[in-house]
Amino acid sequence: MAVIEAKDLSAGYQDKIIWKGANFTLSRGEFVGLLGANGAGKTTLFKLLLGLSQPQSGELKVLGSTPTKGNPRIGYVPQRRFIDSDSRIHAIEYVRLGAYGNKWGISLPNTAKREYEESWQALDLVDGRELANKPLFKLSGGEVQRVFLAQALIGKPDILLLDEPLANLDIRREHQLTRLVHAVAKSQQVTVILIAHDINPLLPVVNRIIYIANGKIASGKVDEIVTSETLSDLYDAPVEVLRDSHGRVAVLGVEEAMHHDS
Amino acid sequence: MTANLTTLGSGFSLNLWNDLVSMWHYGFMQHAFEAGTIVAVIAGMIGYFVVIRRLSFAAHALSHAGFSGAAGAVLLGLNPLVGLLAFTTAGGLAMASLGRRAANRDVQIGTVLAFMLGLGVLFISLYKGYATEAYSLLFGEILGISSTNIVLTMAAGLVSLLGVLLLYRRLLFTSLDEDVAEAKGISITGINVAFLLLVALATSIAVQIVGVLLIFALMVTPAAIAQRLTHRPLEGVAVSVLIALLATWIGLFVAFYVPYPVSFFIVSSVFLLYLIVRLLQSRSSRA
Repeated sequence: MAVIEAKDLSAGYQDKIIWKGANFTLSRGEFVGLLGANGAGKTTLFKLLLGLSQPQSGELKVLGSTPTKGNPRIGYVPQRRFIDSDSRIHAIEYVRLGAYGNKWGISLPNTAKREYEESWQALDLVDGRELANKPLFKLSGGEVQRVFLAQALIGKPDILLLDEPLANLDIRREHQLTRLVHAVAKSQQVTVILIAHDINPLLPVVNRIIYIANGKIASGKVDEIVTSETLSDLYDAPVEVLRDSHGRVAVLGVEEAMHHDS
Repeated sequence: MTANLTTLGSGFSLNLWNDLVSMWHYGFMQHAFEAGTIVAVIAGMIGYFVVIRRLSFAAHALSHAGFSGAAGAVLLGLNPLVGLLAFTTAGGLAMASLGRRAANRDVQIGTVLAFMLGLGVLFISLYKGYATEAYSLLFGEILGISSTNIVLTMAAGLVSLLGVLLLYRRLLFTSLDEDVAEAKGISITGINVAFLLLVALATSIAVQIVGVLLIFALMVTPAAIAQRLTHRPLEGVAVSVLIALLATWIGLFVAFYVPYPVSFFIVSSVFLLYLIVRLLQSRSSRA
């Protein structure tokens, strides 16, 4: 069964279309890179998958059903969080929110014990046991992302939606986190969609790319999507794709490429 | 009522226990401790969420709205507590309607706050008598609290306590991780409305003790200290309540023997503790 299926899907707000014509099918365990410029509508696709907004037209199925809010089979790591430097709340408490946050009332002692056990297991998956008893403001950007990844993994989801987890990380940490997500996705058989600006850290691990540009959305294998022809078509402007000897890719607008040539 | 104290209290003796026992003989002090304890528990508990949701300014503004309500009630010949509750509730609903990012709406909240204070001034100027009851809400009047008000405070306190217990985990999730909480199916608007109504209720009862102008003393400072000292939210709530309780009891006890306002001693004790905690933490982080 397809984990996520989009047919002629379009998204927008009121009368404004952000993108249209999305057709893709994602299978269990696939690692998908979602790329596009700022404001292209990447997070909008996440909102549709989470049931937080409705498609303008077309059809979207998540695990065979129309998306609804509060789907426990989706783990979500949003783009940015405010981290209060006055707060000393330990990282494990944030992880634990994934286990009980949407429940009413207060955790009874035996429930709390179970929640902590689940939180430790999730932290182990991201190799984050040593982060558990530290306040968030004392963690590095990559460590914070691991904590929230652990939170998203609570309840063993089938789908992980990661919104720019690589933002503000240096190159080494970008690669570390990408490898970690890949390892978790493989071991847990989770379908991952990861939003990023730069395709390079994703290249060693992604099975598929979804690219949004100029109100259009394309999906396919990396080699199919990241080509001068496809991207020029998506951007409605000449785009050049360069690859170096390590297989790393740089996507350049033609004006930019000409500027570098001169 | 402070005048009463100057006649009753003649300074501390060398035996604080005796001082405590002799203070306890006065009915108005028993009332003050009863009301103070209820208010400290509620303010400390709700205050923790006010702080982690970054709604301190909103809580401050609600207390000012409450003052205008109390002044309006005095003008209409009603119990000021009724006006206080009505205006803080309306203010809470108005803030919730500002949307999920109410904490970032300082300009809007400030504008409404100024208008509310203007209304309060108008109501007082329209009142032909001397609006002592409304004025007393500016600085608190715990020593003059009546048995009826204690019952009202207890009822409001119970509602607040049950409200927080019911919402606890959802409140925490939306406070610390709003986007994920929403994705998990929690209605952010619903929680905002419910919480601001609880803040309105807590504010209404807390201003009797510390007054509109010093609401931060019980609702924000103990929680601000607690979040710097604790690593688990439930511990944070407990420490915040404990600090608010101790400050209230110390304030009442000291004010019985020293002829200055209770609210001054409450504010001073939490402020002093806040300074100490910040100082110690900045020293330990430098070490």
